[in-house]
Amino acid sequence: MTRELVVVGHGMVGHRLVSALRDRDTAGTWHVTVLGEEDRPAYDRVALSSYVDGRTEDDLALDDHDDPRVDVRRGTPVVAIDREARQVRTGSGELIGYDALVLATGSVPFVPPVPGRDLPGCFVYRTLDDLDAITAAAEAAMERPGPGRRSAVVVGGGLLGLEAARAMRLLGLSPQVVEIAPRLMPVQVDEGGGALLRTLVERQDIAVRCGVSVAGIVADRGRLVAQLSDGIELDADLVVFSAGIRAADGLARAAGLGVGERGGVLVDDRCRTADEHVWAVGECAALEGRTYGLVAPGYAMAEVVADRLLGGDARMSSAELDMSTQLKLLGVDVASFGDAHATTEGALPVVINDPVAGTYAKLVVSDDASTLLGGVLVGDASRYAALRPLVGSALPADPVALIAPDGVELGADALPDSAQVCSCNAVTKGALREAIAEGAHDVPALKACTRAGTSCGSCVPLLKTILVQEGVEVSTALCEHFAFSRAELFEIVAGAGIATFSELIETHGTGRGCDVCKPVVASILASLGGIKGTGGHILAGEQASLQDTNDRFLANMQRDGTYSVVPRVPGGEITPDGLIAIGEVARDFGLYTKITGGQRIDLFGARVEQLPAIWRRLVDAGFESGHAYGKALRTVKSCVGSTWCRYGQQDSVGLAVALELRYRGLRSPHKIKSGVSGCARECAEARSKDFGIIATETGWNLYVGGNGGFTPRHADLLVSDVDTDTLVRLVDRFLMFYVRTADRLQRTASWIEAMDGGLDHLRAVIVDDSLGICADLEAAMAAHVASYADEWAGVLADEDKLARFVSFVNAPDTPDPTISFVTERGQPVPAPRTPVLIGIPEVGS
Amino acid sequence: MTAAVLTVWTAVCRVDQLEPERGVAALLGGRQVALFRTHDGTVHAIGNIDPFSGAAVLSRGIVGDRGGVPTVASPVYKQVFSLVDGRCLDDDTVRVDVYDVRLRHGTVEVAVEDTVDRPGTAPWAGR
Ligand code: SRM
Ligand SMILES: Cc1cc2nc3c(=O)[nH]c(=O)nc-3n(C[C@H](O)[C@H](O)[C@H](O)COP(=O)(O)OP(=O)(O)OC[C@H]3O[C@@H](n4cnc5c(N)ncnc54)[C@H](O)[C@@H]3O)c2cc1C
Ligand code: SF4
Ligand code: FES
Repeated sequence: MTRELVVVGHGMVGHRLVSALRDRDTAGTWHVTVLGEEDRPAYDRVALSSYVDGRTEDDLALDDHDDPRVDVRRGTPVVAIDREARQVRTGSGELIGYDALVLATGSVPFVPPVPGRDLPGCFVYRTLDDLDAITAAAEAAMERPGPGRRSAVVVGGGLLGLEAARAMRLLGLSPQVVEIAPRLMPVQVDEGGGALLRTLVERQDIAVRCGVSVAGIVADRGRLVAQLSDGIELDADLVVFSAGIRAADGLARAAGLGVGERGGVLVDDRCRTADEHVWAVGECAALEGRTYGLVAPGYAMAEVVADRLLGGDARMSSAELDMSTQLKLLGVDVASFGDAHATTEGALPVVINDPVAGTYAKLVVSDDASTLLGGVLVGDASRYAALRPLVGSALPADPVALIAPDGVELGADALPDSAQVCSCNAVTKGALREAIAEGAHDVPALKACTRAGTSCGSCVPLLKTILVQEGVEVSTALCEHFAFSRAELFEIVAGAGIATFSELIETHGTGRGCDVCKPVVASILASLGGIKGTGGHILAGEQASLQDTNDRFLANMQRDGTYSVVPRVPGGEITPDGLIAIGEVARDFGLYTKITGGQRIDLFGARVEQLPAIWRRLVDAGFESGHAYGKALRTVKSCVGSTWCRYGQQDSVGLAVALELRYRGLRSPHKIKSGVSGCARECAEARSKDFGIIATETGWNLYVGGNGGFTPRHADLLVSDVDTDTLVRLVDRFLMFYVRTADRLQRTASWIEAMDGGLDHLRAVIVDDSLGICADLEAAMAAHVASYADEWAGVLADEDKLARFVSFVNAPDTPDPTISFVTERGQPVPAPRTPVLIGIPEVGS
Repeated sequence: MTAAVLTVWTAVCRVDQLEPERGVAALLGGRQVALFRTHDGTVHAIGNIDPFSGAAVLSRGIVGDRGGVPTVASPVYKQVFSLVDGRCLDDDTVRVDVYDVRLRHGTVEVAVEDTVDRPGTAPWAGR
């Protein structure tokens, strides 16, 4: 017979309980009634703050249960439990009977009992309704006439308070955080970490006052004044309380169920109260006396109760609960895990504090320095993923080396099989190894069969390392559609004279391609275009559908869906008239303007339908595409050289301009950058470029394989003291050899490093012509140079291509209504809205 | 107040305005829809807003397939979405809306559900 389960509260944990039960209850033992007070579908409270940052209620909604045996009733608070009759009473007086009752009522924000806390303008920060009210108040404050910044006082400097402060800033207010403890995030970080955290937070334009409390709030001429315990008064348009939470245990108290010393419905290790029909999970539960304010322990409780309701014997102990936290707040990295405060008997802290670099790291180890107990990382939490699973295990290296800036990099081999790699879903390294042995050979497969990496994502890098360690072969196949590497495909296309993607995939691939192989093939076809004399426009015919959005609209897509426009400024040399023309275009189209790191000017905020008109003006003024959007030659930076500089040995600007014009438009495996310096003082930073040139008294030194970016590398000297003709010939060969043989997205630096024989081999091939291909390489480059045409001029001259630059197919000139700007330092910038999931680090896969 | 859900077919463009394996965006009332014509000529419509970045750009992604399912990759952070059911194939907790599409006389029509409020028809109206 079906039994009746009543769940009170449809927050994150109540929702998880119902999904877990539904997943397992295949026999249909339970019918579930969920009674939730909030008048909305269940949502992701952890990501609440992203709501002020552009995410909508729909984005945050958790999956519908979509099951006839689940009845969810929103806007239905439970006001009383009658344990004898096994009934609950709702706000409207309805009585609902149960065989089992689960309390998942979460918490309520704690508001310190200060006078004035109920004044209009005072808020808490817990629900979507709270955020709606806060947003409305912030908007009203912004509209209020009168000078001065609009400000918000945030009471509490913990995880939540900092999130709330960040939200206030997004709403346009100046936030001031008031924390009663002597440091921010007192629960998670220690004193040293707190001091650094404060500096980092203040750098984000959030004012911080620690060691003081709010003593009272008074209304004053339409605003509020927060009076602090040290006598200071802060003007505020809003006051937000985020000073902690209290378990919502009122129903249980009234029903005579036990509560913990500091609140929370008392439950045992099965999450059951003293009444065998009543359970409690999530933030409202006091598991063996203790409450937990994080979602992962709540999820674990939900799983236990789901199992128990179906007759299982799952149990949990507070010792197993992972209380690690990571905060990703405006680029401020904070992580704490395990026994961060060294409360274990005899525990020893090991600290490296580097105020200059802005990093603080502490490990807590056992008294004999053999076992890792916990730690705190501030400023750089990149080692969090590797360190957290080691808690409770033997230290794989000297603790100082584990946190030193250039200390040991922890590989996954340091982890024992018992270590929890994914703490969100409680997956151990042993379980992952088993899954790999059974055939899960990539990250998506591991996610599917173990659930590791599917929640916060911070363990994904470790999943990859473990895959490599288990000897899973890393295939060179480009993607599921082609079993070849980029270099092999290049040979196939060149050798067989293939002209379209469709032809290639039909003869050498499977399916219809994807965002990996299509741009690669587009690039190969473009590199070969000149050689085969077709010289086609990259948007001609089918090629247009292969291009990444940047190439497809010949501009760089920005985070809000607008584009940036970068005209070519060869060598960084520009006339006053040229500057004026760019300035006029930027002004007339309302574009944000910035000098780039590549010695040219970037115009941001262009909508797709504006691009042709912008470029019409630029082309008329003599500019052409700068290929900032393409995997192609970017810039050849120059220093001023012998023309002006008293140390200059050659005309570096002249050479830079000539090289940039020669190689412009060349499509390649990744972007290519260059620089020419007029002497060894190296003001053009040529040795950080893919090919860099430094003038000597008698000629030029050529360096190759430099890189800034993720993995900086100085370029290696290839030849010295050559004349300009020799130099250009060698660069021709170098670039064409790279275009033909490098992997997808491989810069010249890693291409040379991965080459058998390295630089010596490269020199043999392109200087000594050991493979006899140099004539070919030079001919290919000559063909490219001869076939070059400006891509933007090509678009402007072609009605069909122009027709694609519309916002909407049924409303071609209507601006995308989701795009909006605010003014910052006198220029338009995107109105803030990128989702920032605080507490959930960025997910990489 | 009760609400009735109506399906409204809206003509969006001629089918020949859709190039194979390229998307376009359309504005339907307040909603942005991304339309795609795949290799075999099928037309799909999904929400245009990329849930990961919030930018209205899915129509500008690369069309392809994964394991035979027609897909589009968001141009911002490259997550791949099924054109058939809107599921994000890189994160199964995320999904975009899918709209029904039909072709009539060379015109592409998209079905959008409209909620029509009928105030006062229920005793609890105004709650
Ligand atoms: C605009 C600019 C920053 C600025 O405001 O100065 C910039 C902006 C971007 N860079 Fe950069 N980079 C810019 C100079 C640089 C430099 C400095 C330089 O070129 O002298 C570097 C280090 C040098 C190097 O590349 O070795 C640089 C290293 C990167 C990298 C890392 C590359 C690497 O090999 O590790 C990326 C990511 C990538 O390409 O995969 C990147 C990617 C990007 C992207 C394309 C990110 C993206 O996908 O949206 C940014 C696009 C902006 C846009 O829409 O225009 N950017 N970027 C600079 C444009 C220069 C130009 O005029 O073209
Ligand atoms: C801004 C913010 C950021 C956060 N960030 C993180 C983070 O980074 N990491 C992390 O792990 N956790 C974070 N948390 C905490 C996390 O959201 C909670 O741990 C989690 O939501 C707890 O789930 P729950 O189901 O126990 O409670 P809730 O999600 O609060 O759900 C309880 C529900 O029960 C309802 N309810 C209460 N009483 C009744 C009643 N009598 N009748 C009917 N319904 C009732 C409430 O209306 C509510 O909808 C954050 C919380 C907030 C507010
Ligand atoms: S460093 Fe380059 S890629 Fe990173 S944010 Fe700045 S411009 Fe963008
Ligand atoms: S630790 Fe694996 S998903 Fe969060």
